[in-house]
Amino acid sequence: MAVARGILPSWAPYGAFAGAALLSAVVLLAAGSFTIALTLVFAVLVSCVGLYAWSRAVEGSRRAKDRVVTLAIASAFGLAMIPLLSLIFEVAKRGIPGLSVEFFTDSARGVVNGGGAAHAILGTLIITGVAVLISVPIGLMAAIYLTEYGTGKLRRALTFFVDVMTGIPSIVAGLFAYALFEIFFGPGIRLGVMGSLALSVLMIPIVIRSAEEVLKIVPNHLREAAYALGTPKWKTITKIVLPTAFAGLVTGVMLATARIVGETAPLLVTTGVIDSINTDPFNGRMQNLAVYAYNEYRSPGVMKQASYDRAWAAALTLIAIVMILNVLARFVYRRYRTEIR
Amino acid sequence: MARVDTTTNAGQLLAAASGGRRRVGDRVFSNTAVIAAVTILALLAGVAIFLFAEGLPAVTASASELPEGKTFIDYVAPLAFGTVLAAALAAIVAVPLAVAAALFLTHIAPPRLALTLGYLVDLLAAIPSIVYGLWGIFVLGPAAVPVMKWLEETLGFIPIFEGPASTTGRTMFVAGLVLAVMILPIVSAVAREVFSQTPRKLQEGALALGATRWEMIRMTVLPFGKSSVISGAMLGLGRALGETMAVTIILSVSGIVTFNLISQANPSTIAANIALDFPESSGLAINALIATGLVLFAITLVTNFAARAVIARQNIE
Repeated sequence: MAVARGILPSWAPYGAFAGAALLSAVVLLAAGSFTIALTLVFAVLVSCVGLYAWSRAVEGSRRAKDRVVTLAIASAFGLAMIPLLSLIFEVAKRGIPGLSVEFFTDSARGVVNGGGAAHAILGTLIITGVAVLISVPIGLMAAIYLTEYGTGKLRRALTFFVDVMTGIPSIVAGLFAYALFEIFFGPGIRLGVMGSLALSVLMIPIVIRSAEEVLKIVPNHLREAAYALGTPKWKTITKIVLPTAFAGLVTGVMLATARIVGETAPLLVTTGVIDSINTDPFNGRMQNLAVYAYNEYRSPGVMKQASYDRAWAAALTLIAIVMILNVLARFVYRRYRTEIR
Repeated sequence: MARVDTTTNAGQLLAAASGGRRRVGDRVFSNTAVIAAVTILALLAGVAIFLFAEGLPAVTASASELPEGKTFIDYVAPLAFGTVLAAALAAIVAVPLAVAAALFLTHIAPPRLALTLGYLVDLLAAIPSIVYGLWGIFVLGPAAVPVMKWLEETLGFIPIFEGPASTTGRTMFVAGLVLAVMILPIVSAVAREVFSQTPRKLQEGALALGATRWEMIRMTVLPFGKSSVISGAMLGLGRALGETMAVTIILSVSGIVTFNLISQANPSTIAANIALDFPESSGLAINALIATGLVLFAITLVTNFAARAVIARQNIE
């Protein structure tokens, strides 16, 4: 095996890529088929080959291979990030034209073309809120059961079935809520609370998993100290364990909420479509942002573009809600977490 | 775990030894916890029972009573095929990219940069599926039209690229790509987790023997993470199988069975079929859709259990 004779300058990979990109752009321009995507594809291929040849001549075949693989992996990462950048850019670009004061304040009641999405925004908040109210107590108590009380068969069964629950497809959760309510209320039933129930099926396992994680890392010496002072177990949990884990629990709930707030499929089969504001989850159909966006896309009115604008505006609003929840969750965790030594 | 048992016992002993007032509080609290646990099991049993009860009439009904005049098996088979095809396509595209992204974040990018970029990958998982659907039909679909045309012209001899290439982008090819983007963060998160846990002494040993970084990754990181990556891929597959809105919006469906990925005529998926037909269905058609939902649930369950079996086997080793 040849001994390495030298080493490439530290800018070699970047230089190779820039050179290859320039070359590809020039060749493609000359051939008259220039696009940014095509240029990048050729730039990656050409720079891989070029870097390999260069490095092999100077450093030997093993290092040449290392450099090419590194470049390929970095390019693959870049490729994986393109959809995210494109998506955020496009949603912002196409969503902003549809945003207006009317979008947030008006419903679409009695309007043939247009109207706002206030009924959908309100519906999203109510349906998600009820889902959180159902999921958090059940999920939290189940997590406490798993970490503090659980023994034997019930514990094993719960761990196993929470795993099963994480795998339920969202549309199946919607069908379950429909099947349950149909038995009591007859076919064609649509209620806001049905959507909340469907979302709870999706949210509960997420809440349990994240709560279990943070409760597990509360150190045992805190519990032992409390017991040594004669504190009953339930007080130890409510006064020592839960406050210690508080920031982590809140963060977990917020992230779980962010996961379900944009769900469309389960609501499509449970909450129905309506143009006016409904604030009662137990009575009548209830619109929500995700289904609103879907319907504006699927059945646009006479003014097609205006409908599409509203669909994108709803998508932008949803993304904004998800982002705010995510950022807030991280903030809460950083600001309020208990340092455990 | 031994320590947990000790404290539990100590707590129980103390509770038993102390006064009645305390015991009431303890009993109420622990019973509430047990009730929550049982509620969840009941909820899951409810999912299975109600879907079964509502789906059964369609399975036993004769062909003439069902939508499209087919027996239930004939009705669900093409949908199951489309579901598996779309998910498999997504996994084939997403897994190599996700592994590369995980390697990049754990072993190639500078740690501080990797932290920020890691958030970006997680962000992909936070975006609602309806938004992916809109992006797929309005942005990726049109962008993929020339690519699909090129595939038809140059690789048309392979059946999957037979064409005729769609001019709208509403194809299995585009749907598979969007699903791939959606499951990438899931697979990548699992891979990142295990790659970063590769024992340091193995990595440093390889480097000390003169291995280049890639040789070190190939000899220590990849073998160490192999089974976790496989199980992560299957978790992603399970997610892609049940994904609804992106497929519903993007695919133009015709209910046929074909491996042709780039033409206008595509098989539908179970989830997309439910989303498309449910709002306008009534009577036995609803039962048929619920029964297909049960089939979808079964397919995802099998996939998820296979993933867990892989992890369990690795843990024993």
